[in-house]
Amino acid sequence: MTNSASADQAEQVAGVEVGEARITIPGMSEEGENLATAHEETEHSHGGLGESTVKAKSGGSRADRTTSLNVADFAVPTGREEEWRFSPLKKLGRVLSDAATQTPVTLKVRNTATGVTHGELALAQAPRGTVFLAADRAAVVGYTQTQTADHIKVAANTELSEPVFLDITGEAAGHRANGHIVLEAGNHSKAVFVMEHRGSADANLNVEVIVRDGADVTVVSLQRWDDDAVHVGQQDAEVGRDAKYKHVSITLGGEVVRLNSNVRYSAEGGEAAMYGLYFADAGQHLEHRSFVDHNSPRNSSNVLYKGALQGQDARTVWVGDVLIRKAAEGTDSYEKNQNLILTDGARADSIPNLEIETGLIEGAGHASSTGRFDENHLFYLMARGIPEKEARQLVVRGFLNEIVQAIGVESIEDTVQQDLENELKIAGF
Amino acid sequence: MSTLAIKDLHVSIETEQGSKEILKGVTLTIKSGEIHAIMGPNGSGKSTLASTIAGHPRYKVTSGTITLDDEDVLEMSVDERARAGLFLAMQYPVEVPGVTMTNFLRTAKTAIDGEAPKLRTWAKDVRGAMEKLKIDADFANRNVNEGFSGGEKKRVEILQMELFKPKFAVLDETDSGLDIDALRVVSDGVNRAHSENDMGTLLITHYTRILNYITPQFVHVFVDGRVAEQGGPELADELEANGYDRFLAPAQA
Ligand SMILES: Nc1ncnc2c1ncn2[C@@H]1O[C@H](COP(=O)(O)OP(=O)(O)OP(=O)(O)O)[C@@H](O)[C@H]1O
Ligand SMILES: [Mg+2]
Repeated sequence: MTNSASADQAEQVAGVEVGEARITIPGMSEEGENLATAHEETEHSHGGLGESTVKAKSGGSRADRTTSLNVADFAVPTGREEEWRFSPLKKLGRVLSDAATQTPVTLKVRNTATGVTHGELALAQAPRGTVFLAADRAAVVGYTQTQTADHIKVAANTELSEPVFLDITGEAAGHRANGHIVLEAGNHSKAVFVMEHRGSADANLNVEVIVRDGADVTVVSLQRWDDDAVHVGQQDAEVGRDAKYKHVSITLGGEVVRLNSNVRYSAEGGEAAMYGLYFADAGQHLEHRSFVDHNSPRNSSNVLYKGALQGQDARTVWVGDVLIRKAAEGTDSYEKNQNLILTDGARADSIPNLEIETGLIEGAGHASSTGRFDENHLFYLMARGIPEKEARQLVVRGFLNEIVQAIGVESIEDTVQQDLENELKIAGF
Repeated sequence: MSTLAIKDLHVSIETEQGSKEILKGVTLTIKSGEIHAIMGPNGSGKSTLASTIAGHPRYKVTSGTITLDDEDVLEMSVDERARAGLFLAMQYPVEVPGVTMTNFLRTAKTAIDGEAPKLRTWAKDVRGAMEKLKIDADFANRNVNEGFSGGEKKRVEILQMELFKPKFAVLDETDSGLDIDALRVVSDGVNRAHSENDMGTLLITHYTRILNYITPQFVHVFVDGRVAEQGGPELADELEANGYDRFLAPAQA
C-alpha cells in the first residue's frame, strides 16, 4: 500500500491520479459505516476477525520508530535510514550535529491580549517535553541544545479574536540556531498561532503544541526563509478530549526545509487537520513528513498536502504516516498528497503509509498523485479564449487555493497568494 | 456575415498502434445565421470534427483547410480560435478544480472581448443568463464543472455560449442527457443566440427530438469520417425512420 510517484513516472501519468486507494473492508462503505464485525481483505493482512492491517512496504511499522529525548538514542544518519533516505544529508549536516547555538533566531511575539502569556521553560520543566518526543536525530539535538524554551500560553476559556503572531527571524546565514517553542492552549480556549520564519540560519527549531480538552487551535507555520537558509523541525501536537487542532505548513523559501508535523490524541472526540503547501524552485529541497498517531478511540484526522515544483533540481518529498492502533476503534482518517510539476528537471516523491491495526474503524484512506498539467484542463480554458499562460496560472492557483483557504487568517492568505504569484512569474507563467 | 468553411479535411490521431485516420475528407460550409445538423453513427468522427475546429492538440490535420472568412483557422492557437469567434460546446465538458465559475467566466469574457466587462452589467448579465437557463445561482461559486451533473454541465456550456456571443458554435451532443425541460431551456438558449447575434450553428446530435425546437436548414449525414449525404430537415426524419443502414451497407458489402 505504499505509493511513490516521481517526476519520471509523472511523465507517463500526465495528471492522472496514481495510487488512489481507499481501504475497503467488507461491510464498510466509503462513507464509513460502523463495523459490527469485519474481517480483513486488504493486500497485506494478518489476524482474524476484527482485524485489518496494511503495512508500509519498507521501514517497518511506525509504531516501532525510536522516540526519545536522549541524544545517545539516535545515531548520526547515513542516508540509508527510512526517515533520511530522501534528505540531502550533506547540506543537513550542520543542523544534525550535537552543537550549541551560534547566533539565535529572534522571536517576536505579537498579540498582547489578556489571557496570552509569554514565559520561559527550562529543559526539564513541564509542560515542556510532555508532548514533544523527538523522533529523529535532528529533533533530539535541537531539543537538548535549547536550554530555554519559549512558552506561549493561552488561558483556559479564552477566545482570542486575533491570531498570536510569532515572528521568527534567522539572523546569520550558516550559523546554527536551536530553538524550542511550547504553544499551550488551555481547556476550551480558542486560538490561532502564526509562526512566520524569515531571514537565514541553520535552524533547528522544534515546536510542541498542547491542545487541552475542548480547545480549538490553529497553528500556521510559514517558511519564508531566504534562499540560503536550512531549517529542520519537528512540530508535535497532542489533541485533548473533544478538541480541534489544525496545522498548516506553508513552505516557500529556504534551501533545505525538512519539517515533521505530528499529531496524537490524549482522549476521544478529537479532530485534527494537517494541511501543507509547498512551492519548490530550482535547487530547493522541501520535505514534509506528517504522522498521525491514532493512539486512542474515536478521533478523526485529515491530512492534505499540495505542492508545486518548477526549475532544475527542484525537489519535494512528502511522507505521510498514519497509524491506527489496536485501541483506536472508531477512527476516521484520510490523507492525501498532490503534486503539480510545472517544468522539466523537478522531482516530487510522495509516499503515504497507512497502518491499520483494527478493523473497527469509521474509515481510513489515502491518495497520492503527482503529475504535469492536465492537457484537458488547459484545452478547456483555452477553448474559451484564455491564453495559455493565463490558463496555466488559473490551474495552478486553483490547485493550491484549497490550502491557502485553509489558513483562515485573511492577512496571511493575501500575502501567501501574492508570494505564489511571484513564484509563478519565475517560470514565466 | 461570416463564413466558416471546411474543405477536404483529413485528420489523424496518434495511437499506440500508430497513426489512425479518422476524418477522411470533410467538406462543409456554414454561414452566419444558418443552422446545420450533423447526424451519424457512433465513432463516425463527429466529435473529432468538433475538436479539430476548436484546435485540440490531439487531432492532427494532415490535409485540407478550415477558414473563418479570410482567416486560416488551422494557423490559430486554441485560444485565438475562441477569440476569433468560434465556440465548442463539448460533449464531455472538463472539470477544472479550484477555478470558480465566476472567475472563469470573467477571465474568459475579458480574453474574448480584449477588455474586462463592466462590473455591474456583467454580474447582471451572468445572473440573467443563468436564470434563463435555470441554473441555480450558487453554481457561480462552484468550481468549473466540478461535481455538476451531466445535464448541468450541458446547460453551463450553453450559458457560456450566450455570454461569449460567438460567431459560430459547434454543439457536440449538447442535447444528450438532458431532461425534457432542460432540452427546451437549452434550445431556447441556442435560438436566442441565433436570433440576437446571427450565430451560425453546427449541431451534432443523435436525436431528432431537439430538432423539434431548433430547426436546421441543413442536415448532414456523417459516416466513416466524411459527409455521406446532405439534405434539408426531412433527411433527419428519414434517418429517424430508417437508421443509417442505407449509408453503411455499401461500405460493408
Ligand atoms: N484519443 C483517441 N484514441 C483512440 N481513438 C480515438 C481517439 N479519439 C477518437 N478516437 C476514435 O476515433 C473515432 C471517432 O471518434 P469520435 O469521438 O469523433 O466519434 P463520434 O462520431 O463523435 O461518436 P459518438 O457518436 O459516439 O460521440 C472512434 O473510432 C474513436 O474511437
Ligand atoms: Mg462524439
